[in-house]
Amino acid sequence: MSGFELAGVSRIYRSGRSPVTAVREVDLTVQTGERVGIVGGSGSGKSTLVRMMAALDHPTSGRIAYDGRPVSGVPESRLGFLRSAVQVVFQDPRSSLNPRMRVSEIVAEPLRSPLLQHRGDVPADRASRVAEVLAAVGLPADVGRRYPHEFSGGQRQRIAIARALAPRPAVLIADEPVSALDVSVRGQVLNLLTDLVAAEGLTLLLVSHDLEVVRHLCDRVVVMHEGAVVEQGATDQVYGEPQHPYTRELLAAVPRLPD
Amino acid sequence: MSTEHGSGGERSEGVETTLAVSDLTVSFGRRPPSVRGVSLRIGRGERLGLIGESGSGKSVTALAVMGLLPEYAQTWGSVQLAEQELLGMNDRRLSRLRGSAMSMVFQEPMTALDPTMRVGRQVAEVFALHAVRNGTGATRHRVLNALVEVGLGEGERIANAYPHELSGGQRQRVVLAMALANAPDLVICDEPTTALDVTVQAQVLDLLDAQLTTRGSSCLFISHDLAVVARLCSSVAVMLDGEIVEQGPLGQILHDAEHPYTRGLVAAARIDRVQRGERLPTVADFWERGR
Repeated sequence: MSGFELAGVSRIYRSGRSPVTAVREVDLTVQTGERVGIVGGSGSGKSTLVRMMAALDHPTSGRIAYDGRPVSGVPESRLGFLRSAVQVVFQDPRSSLNPRMRVSEIVAEPLRSPLLQHRGDVPADRASRVAEVLAAVGLPADVGRRYPHEFSGGQRQRIAIARALAPRPAVLIADEPVSALDVSVRGQVLNLLTDLVAAEGLTLLLVSHDLEVVRHLCDRVVVMHEGAVVEQGATDQVYGEPQHPYTRELLAAVPRLPD
Repeated sequence: MSTEHGSGGERSEGVETTLAVSDLTVSFGRRPPSVRGVSLRIGRGERLGLIGESGSGKSVTALAVMGLLPEYAQTWGSVQLAEQELLGMNDRRLSRLRGSAMSMVFQEPMTALDPTMRVGRQVAEVFALHAVRNGTGATRHRVLNALVEVGLGEGERIANAYPHELSGGQRQRVVLAMALANAPDLVICDEPTTALDVTVQAQVLDLLDAQLTTRGSSCLFISHDLAVVARLCSSVAVMLDGEIVEQGPLGQILHDAEHPYTRGLVAAARIDRVQRGERLPTVADFWERGR
């Protein structure tokens, strides 16, 4: 099958006095082209889950496969297929962009990975690909020479999105992409994500504590609580008729403007 | 005007004034002022929401009211708490007011908590510094009561804990207990729930609502999130580049705003009204800097 398949995935951290189960027995499929939101409180395991899907962390038990090929338990040198196909945008562009690198170097970095060299699906002409993705995220061409600190939060998140797009990924994982941004720029970044996902035909995995953001971008939603998936389904159905008490609590807690 | 959003807010002239800020200007060094000519009035028991993006001057305004600006900051204008002028007041008198007549809750609870001191002692300090001592046993009782009031039912366990042993929501409740301890005239909240989970945020806002009502305290509530402000406040002031560009009752701000920036903020906060995948309205659709 094409897309992600997770079976019985758990992640237990054993660094402290008592082991902490961050992710508990998660079964999940994400088909190519789906837009899936993962919601839950802090500590619910949603970030750990997508980090494992991007092979930035590894499950303690269970299996993760992408396009039928194993992602977990595979040495980094054989993850080239995943590294070009799956890209991540993190919450805080202040910490996810290297302050000592120029924007053009930051955006070109995924193209320079030795794992991705000589792969047909990765653009070979780096300079033109960098210009292309910077234009796609709405930044002027001359920003390449500048450094991250010269930009506002919203612009930095655009740079992070441009970097993610550079190797022509099939899957975009966005972990709280707008929660560090002001409400005034949040809409611009969400509009950009919506447009790019549609234009590039991306599979989207959106992690957010903001249920309205997920409702707007995703056709399917997965609700996590204390490491486990407690409910999943079509967004309209889950929001309209939540089955699990925690889902109901989450939905009731969303601050809304009075009419 | 709608009055359904409950406690306080409508500017009824008969209500006693708790906070009056007039023509406040704050500048740091030679840079252009961060806050320019700000005027605000909060009546007794009323709650004013101050919204704006980061860097708009909301927090500097709050710190100026609390007298917590660094020494090199220059201030002009007037800040009166219950008709007492605070600008230029000496530090000893000001620190007597802080924690008794006015208090502040910050976004990050650890900025207000001492990591090396048990929580109970920190709450006790707020009582001890501002009230006549009535024996340690009585203080202990008051501390536990204060913790229970903010929803920390197991007061005993919380009081004996160090801040790092508590969750973010529990810490913010402790800070609220400290801020509310002496039933201040004014509580300033600067993004008090931004660092919290949605569900914990809802609980803390409900708690704040109830406790402010019980004590009859006024509140200046700072947030970049209009929906959060709407949950608590019935009037709103909008800050942009150091100035208040609009203020009025919540209903007027939501339905009948005059400034294009305010209309943009309201539209951007109405994400729930947009069909999935359709373009979200942004502030830039209504207003752009330098245009």
